[in-house]
Amino acid sequence: MLDIIHNYGLFYLIGQYPNGPLGGLLMTLILAAMALVLAFPVGVLLALCRISPYRLLRLPVTGLVYVLRGTPLLMVIFWAYFLLPTLTGQRTDQFGTMLAALVIFDGVYLAEIIRAGILGLPRGQMESSRSLGFSYLATMRLVIMPQAFRNMLPSLVNQFVSTIKETSLGYIISLSEVSFVASQISAQLLTKPVQVYAVLGLTYFVMCFSLSRFAFWLERRLAVRTAKV
Amino acid sequence: MNTFDLSVVLSGQYHDWLISGFLLSIQLALISLAIALPLAIVIAVLRMAPYAALRAIAITYVEAIRNVPLLAHMLFWYFGAPELLPTPIKSWIYDHNIEAVSAVIALVLYTAAYMSEDIRSGLRSIPREQMEAGRTLGFGFLSTMRLVILPQSLRVTVPPLISQTLNLWKNTSIAMVIGVAEMMYQAQQVESSTFRGFESYAVTTVGYVGVSIIITLLSSWYQQRYPVRSA
Repeated sequence: MLDIIHNYGLFYLIGQYPNGPLGGLLMTLILAAMALVLAFPVGVLLALCRISPYRLLRLPVTGLVYVLRGTPLLMVIFWAYFLLPTLTGQRTDQFGTMLAALVIFDGVYLAEIIRAGILGLPRGQMESSRSLGFSYLATMRLVIMPQAFRNMLPSLVNQFVSTIKETSLGYIISLSEVSFVASQISAQLLTKPVQVYAVLGLTYFVMCFSLSRFAFWLERRLAVRTAKV
Repeated sequence: MNTFDLSVVLSGQYHDWLISGFLLSIQLALISLAIALPLAIVIAVLRMAPYAALRAIAITYVEAIRNVPLLAHMLFWYFGAPELLPTPIKSWIYDHNIEAVSAVIALVLYTAAYMSEDIRSGLRSIPREQMEAGRTLGFGFLSTMRLVILPQSLRVTVPPLISQTLNLWKNTSIAMVIGVAEMMYQAQQVESSTFRGFESYAVTTVGYVGVSIIITLLSSWYQQRYPVRSA
C-alpha cells in the first residue's frame, strides 16, 4: 500500500504535470471550482427568468429546467461532446466538453437553489424597495440578491460537493481527472484494484465529507444569527 | 453533415439495440429500487435505534456512501471487490453477468443511503409522544416503529422517495462505465456504428426525460391525493 502511494502519489495528485498535461486530484478540484463559478451567473439568469412576470421568459426556461433535471448528466456530457464541435466548428478537448456540460447541468440546479433563496424572502422586501423608487432589477441586485445569497450559502457549498462528485463522470470521456488517473494506476499495477479504488473512494470522502460538514456548520451559524435579528 | 433522419433509429436493428437498452435500464432501476427500499428502512430505523453503537453504524454507512461518487462505487464493485473473493467463486462470477450485478450492488448501496435520510426525516416528523405512547402501551421499539410510526410517516416520506427514484433512474446511466448494456451504452454503440449521434442521442434523451416526467407526475399526484396532514 505504502509503495503504491510512494510510486504513484504525485501522479495521482497532479497527473503528468509539469512534464505533461495537468491531471489527477488537482484537475478534479479546478474543474469543480470553475464549473461552479461559471454556473453561478447562468443559475442567476435562469432563476430570474423562472420567477419573471413575463410568460415569454418564464415558460421556456421552466421547460428547459424540467428537461435537464430529467436527464442524466452523462447524457448532457454526450450532447456536449457531440454538439460543441458542430456548433463552434473546432475540436473541443475533454476539459472544455466536461466544463460546458457541468456549467449547463449545475446552472439548472443552482437556478432552483437561487429561486428558492429569492422566494424565501418576505414579499415586503421587494414591495418596499419598489415603493422607494428602485426598479425591479435594481431591487434584485441591491436588496433581494444580497440577502438571498446569504441564505443559500449552505446549499451552494452542498452543490459544490455534488459538483466534485459529478466531475468523476469525466472518466467516461477520458478526461484525466482523479477517477481516470486512478483507473490508469490500477491498470498499470494490474493486481491491486482493491487498494487503488479504496484510496480513490477515501479521497472523495475526505473532500466531500469535510465540505458537507462545513455546510452544516454554516447553516447552524446563519440560523443563530437570523434568530438574533 | 447528414440531415436529421430519425428512421435509422426508429426501426430495424439499431432501434432494437436502443429498445433493449431502455428495457435493461428500467430493469436495473426496478431491481435496485426493490432492494434499496427495504435496506433504507432498516438503516433509517438503525439511525433512530436506542443503542449508540447501532446509530454509529448507520451514520458511518450513510456518510461513507454519500460522499463518494457513484462512479467510484461502480469501479470498486466491478474491478476491486471480485478480487477479494476466493478463486472458484471469482471464476464462477466472471462466467456470469458480473457487470449487471456490480451495477446493481453499487446502485442499491448508493440509493439506500439517500433514501434512508429521507425516511429518517419522515420518521422524525412524527411527534416523540407517539413512540412514548406506543412503548407505554407495551409495544417494543420495533413493533412501535412498524405499527405506529412508519405508517404515519408515509405521507411525508413518499414524495422525497419518489424523487430519489428519479435520481436512481438517472443514475442507471452510469452503469455504462462498467459495460452494462443499458440505454446510454446502446446510444453510444448506435452512434459509433451509424455516425448518427444526433438521432441516437435525441431518442435516448426522450427515453430518459419521458420516464422522468412520469415519475414527477406520480409524485405530484401523490402529493395531491395524500397531502401532509398538519397536526
